[in-house]
Amino acid sequence: MKNESKKTPLYDLHVELGGKMVPFAGYAMPVQYRAGIVQEHLHTREAVGVFDVSHMGQLVVRGDNAATALEKLLPIDVQALEIHQQCYAVMTSEAGGILDDLIITRWAEDEFFLVVNAATAAADIAHLQQHLRGCDIRVLGQQALLAVQGPMAGELIGELAPATRALTFMHGTRTEIFGEDCYVTRSGYTGEDGFEISIAASAVESFTRKLLEDGRVQMIGLGARDTLRLEAGLCLYGNDMNSGTTPVEASLLWSIAKSRRADGARAGGFLGADIVLNQIAEGVSRKRVGFSVQGKIPVRAGADIIDEAGNVVGKVTSGGYGPTLGAAIGMGYVDRGYEQTGTGLQALVRGKAVPITVVKTPFVPQRYYRG
Amino acid sequence: MSNVKYSESHEWFAVDGDEVIVGITEFAQSQLGDVVFVELPEEGAELAAGDEVAVIESVKAAGDISLPFAATVVAVNAALPDEPELVNSDPMGDGWFMRVRPANAADLENLLSADAYAALIDGE
Repeated sequence: MKNESKKTPLYDLHVELGGKMVPFAGYAMPVQYRAGIVQEHLHTREAVGVFDVSHMGQLVVRGDNAATALEKLLPIDVQALEIHQQCYAVMTSEAGGILDDLIITRWAEDEFFLVVNAATAAADIAHLQQHLRGCDIRVLGQQALLAVQGPMAGELIGELAPATRALTFMHGTRTEIFGEDCYVTRSGYTGEDGFEISIAASAVESFTRKLLEDGRVQMIGLGARDTLRLEAGLCLYGNDMNSGTTPVEASLLWSIAKSRRADGARAGGFLGADIVLNQIAEGVSRKRVGFSVQGKIPVRAGADIIDEAGNVVGKVTSGGYGPTLGAAIGMGYVDRGYEQTGTGLQALVRGKAVPITVVKTPFVPQRYYRG
Repeated sequence: MSNVKYSESHEWFAVDGDEVIVGITEFAQSQLGDVVFVELPEEGAELAAGDEVAVIESVKAAGDISLPFAATVVAVNAALPDEPELVNSDPMGDGWFMRVRPANAADLENLLSADAYAALIDGE
């Protein structure tokens, strides 16, 4: 049987707009449109880019004590989330590895909305079902998801739905846009101010066409989504972290709530906590860092990182050209002792040693709207 | 350019006396997308048929150019390292890669004509 890629409800529109469709996480997705990745990237940094992220999994977890139950799987303070507040979380395994990363939003006292990665959605659901006994886990299969990102996004969405003007970063609201019920959150994956809009699959095409009538708005493909998130210093699941890396190794310590750490009010209690908390105390043998590249040569995922003596001391997990910077950047894992900002190393590109320097991320300042 | 030949791997070869100018086709640049880096050979390099002679990196992918015939590099396009985007904007002109002198001019006869190349990309 032929393995056909699934289509999002915007497939026909992507093709009509000249989208170059590629297989991605089981879906046929636009990697770019006619303008090309660089122009699409720069447009998102200057105006408003719209991304079809309907391939991502949208789930609702509901049940008595859902917050307490979810804390067994997510090292965040689920109980402290206010209604319509959201939080980034990694989902840890028994070994302390990262099974997925997701955004969780509290919809009600005992109801949570989760957006998970497309490639891991099926495994995530099985994992949630296994560990969240007594909770109802529902897949919102009829919902599409759009990301509307860029410095003019606040103004644009504010005109269409005034209720969104009051939203600060990582908060959501239910509202109507173009007469359609939506759940809108002020979040995204580009480092810019922006929104993610969950809307009925049946309505999303006409909705997107109306958005695109606005001169500030342009459709953006997955290629620019990747360069934007790389410049923002954000991890891509499957590249920069996976079940074999822990949140401490992935430099995602900030995603572990203070209350869940060793001296916190509800210390541990999540899968792999003993390993993760021990790593926080003792340190790890390797860590994710960002790096700048001397010269323009893209250093891509998979490249070895070597020290001056030629010893392999790390591996690149994401890398390429940052259009806003006009320079090559990347991130990867380096052995302990090489993670300090300013450390000079080399990456092997087709056998050639290219000088790189460990730098702070994000590469491009984040511009989230914090009120 | 009166006598331009093509390869199945989407390079063009413009014959100019006993030298040949090498670049990638419009089709190739459109498939690659935004070119952000080009690595060129040294002038004077002696290349065997099938040698990888240049690397082209777009935002998303890396590709390479190989010569289907043995040749000596006479000159390279010095503008490309600083302005790799010329490959996108003018692949058949200012975005040329290098000028080479083939070891055996008869090798060029094995390359595709413009019509044969057009038929090839129609099928892709």
